Amino acid sequence: MSGERASFRRRQSLFRRVVLAVVLTFFTLPLLASLEFTLQGPGGTGHQLTTWTTLMDFGAIAKEYPDLKEGFLSSILLAIFTVIVMLILLVPTMTWVRLRLPGLTRTVEFLCLLPLTVPAIVLVVGLTPIYAWVNYLLGALTLWLGFAYVILVLPYAYRSIDTGLRAIDVKTLSEAARSLGAGWGTVMWRVVLPNLRTAVLSASFLSVALVLGEYTIASLFARKNLQVAMYLIGKSDAKISVAVGLASLGFAFVVLFGMSFVGTARKESR
Amino acid sequence: MTSAAAARTGVAVELTDLRRSYGGVAALDGLTLHIEPGEFIALLGPSGCGKTTALRCLAGLEDPDSGTIEVGGRDVTAIPTNRRDMGMVFQAYSLFPHMTARQNVEFGLELRKQDKAARRERAAAMLDLVGLSAHADKFAHQMSGGQQQRVALARALAIEPQVLLLDEPLSALDAKVRTQLRDEIRRIQLDVGTTTLFVTHDQEEALAVADRVGVMRAGNLEQIAAPEELYTKPANAFVADFVGLTNRLTGTANGAHASVLGAPVALLPGSATSGSVEVLVRPEAIDIAPDPAGNATVVSASFLGAHAKVIATTDDGQRVAVQVDSDAVTSYRPGDRVRVRPQGDPALAVAKS
Ligand SMILES: Nc1ncnc2c1ncn2[C@@H]1O[C@H](COP(=O)(O)OP(=O)(O)O)[C@@H](O)[C@H]1O
Ligand SMILES: [Mg+2]
Repeated sequence: MSGERASFRRRQSLFRRVVLAVVLTFFTLPLLASLEFTLQGPGGTGHQLTTWTTLMDFGAIAKEYPDLKEGFLSSILLAIFTVIVMLILLVPTMTWVRLRLPGLTRTVEFLCLLPLTVPAIVLVVGLTPIYAWVNYLLGALTLWLGFAYVILVLPYAYRSIDTGLRAIDVKTLSEAARSLGAGWGTVMWRVVLPNLRTAVLSASFLSVALVLGEYTIASLFARKNLQVAMYLIGKSDAKISVAVGLASLGFAFVVLFGMSFVGTARKESR
Repeated sequence: MTSAAAARTGVAVELTDLRRSYGGVAALDGLTLHIEPGEFIALLGPSGCGKTTALRCLAGLEDPDSGTIEVGGRDVTAIPTNRRDMGMVFQAYSLFPHMTARQNVEFGLELRKQDKAARRERAAAMLDLVGLSAHADKFAHQMSGGQQQRVALARALAIEPQVLLLDEPLSALDAKVRTQLRDEIRRIQLDVGTTTLFVTHDQEEALAVADRVGVMRAGNLEQIAAPEELYTKPANAFVADFVGLTNRLTGTANGAHASVLGAPVALLPGSATSGSVEVLVRPEAIDIAPDPAGNATVVSASFLGAHAKVIATTDDGQRVAVQVDSDAVTSYRPGDRVRVRPQGDPALAVAKS
C-alpha cells in the first residue's frame, strides 16, 4: 500500500521534472539560438564578441545607430510617463469606487479590462483622429504615445491594484484616518498608498514591461520607440538588433527581480 | 493620565430627531438622544436596529437625512468627519498595518502639527494608559486582537477627542479578553472623563460599563435609563425581554397588582391593569422550594458557576426558569415536585397576546 503510494510519488515527481525540462527548453532554446547568432563571426564562421562590445560602448552606439539611441530614450521616457499617468488615474479612482461607489465596481472593471479584447490595430484606427487633435494641441511628440499605452496597460494594472485593495480593509482604515483628522489627500498618501506598495510596484512593472515591448502602435503612428528602432536596425545589422533584444529582455528580468526583492525586503523589516 | 481629564471635562452631545433611511428602510427613525458632559452611554439593541448608523452620524461618517447633531453646544451636522474631533474605535481591526503601535497613536497628533517630542510623550502616556508600553514598536500583525483594540483606543484618546465613539469594539475578541477589556475601557473613561458613546448588542456588556443604557429598536430608543433601573423597571416588554432573561407568566391584573401562580405581584407603570395578562418576572425574583404538595415539576437543574438555574413546569403547563444559589442545585432533580411563586418584586404586565 505505502510502496504503491511511494512509487506513485516517484512517478509524479519524474513527470513534474519532465514537464519543467520541456518548458525550460521551449523558452531557452530560441534565446540561446539568438545568443549564439550574436556571437557568430563574419560569414557565420567562428565566434567573437564584437557585437556585444559594440553594444556596451554607448558612445559608439549613439554615433553609429542614432535610431537605437532615440528609440531607447523614447521607450524609457514612455515607460515612466505611462506608469505615472496610470497610477494617478487608477489608484485614486479605484480607491474612491471601493469606498464610495461600490455599485460602479463592475462597470469600472469592465472598462479597464476592455482593452484586452481590442486588437492594437483596431485601437490605432480609433486613436488616429484623437491623436490628430493631440498632435495639434500638444505638439507631435513621441511621448504622447503614452496616453495610448495607458489604455494598453489598464487591464494588467487594474488586476494588480485590485488585488492589493482587496487585501486591506480600505474602508475602515480610511474612516479611522478621517476620524483622526486626515483629509482625503492625507488618507490616500499616508494610509492607502503605503499599504498598496506591492500592488503598485507590480502594476508599474507590468506597465514598464509592456511599454518596452510595444511595437504595433508606435510603428503604425510612425513613432520611433525601442522596438521600432530594433526593427529598423534589423534590416541593416541583424546581430545588433538581436543583441539589443536580448539585452532588453535581460533588463526586464533584472527589474522584475529587483522589484520582487524590494517587496519582500520591506515585509521582513516590518 | 489625569492631565487629560483636567484639561478637558467632557462636552454634552445632543442628537435631535435624526432620520436616515437606506432605500426605503429607516435605519434611524427620529432618534433623539441627550448625553451629559462626561457621560458614558451604551446603545443596546438587536442587530440591524440602527446603533451603528447613529454612531456614524455622530462621527460624520454618515449624513442624516434630517435632524441635528450638537456637540458642546455647537451644531456640527454639516461638519466633515476630519474636523469633528471624534475618537473612534471600530469593530473591525483598524490599525494602520504599515505603522507601529506608537506611530499609529502619533498619527492624529502629527496631523495636528504637534512637535515630535510632545508627540512621543503623549503616545507613550497613552500606550501606558492601555497597558501596552512594552509593545510600542510592534506592528498590528504582531499583536493579538485585544492588544490591537487597546492600541486603537490609545490612538483615539491621544487626540483628546470631544467624544469617544466605540462601535462593538469587543465583539471580535474571545470571552475572557472581552470582559477584561470592557472593564478597562470603563476605568480609562472615568480617568480621562471623555463623553463616550458605546454601541453593543451584548446586554451584559452594556449594563456593566455604562452610566445609562439606551435600548434601541427599529431606529428609535425604547428606553434610556441607568442599568439597575433598566433591569428592574423595564418600560415595555421589548426592553424586559432584551435586557436579561425573563419568564412570561400568565396572571390576572387588578389595578396595581396582579395575581401570578397564586401570589400577588406589584405592577410597574405602563403595565396592563385589568384582565388576563402576561407578567414578565425575572428568574431571580421567583422562590422555589421542594414540596411534594407543590404546584410544579422540575424539568432540569443546571450548575452555572456563581449561581444555578432550575427549570420547572407548572401544573397548568407554564415553563418557569428560576435562579437559585449554586450550592442548592443538588436538592432539585428532574421529576421532583416543587412549589414556585413570585417574590412579589414589581414587574411589568402586558395584555395577553
Ligand atoms: N450602507 C448601508 N446601505 C444599506 N443599508 C444599510 C447601510 N447601513 C445600514 N443599513 C441598514 O440600516 C439598518 C441599521 O443598520 P445598522 O445601523 O448597521 O444596525 P446595527 O449597528 O444596530 O446592527 C439595517 O437594516 C441595515 O441593513
Ligand atoms: Mg452595527
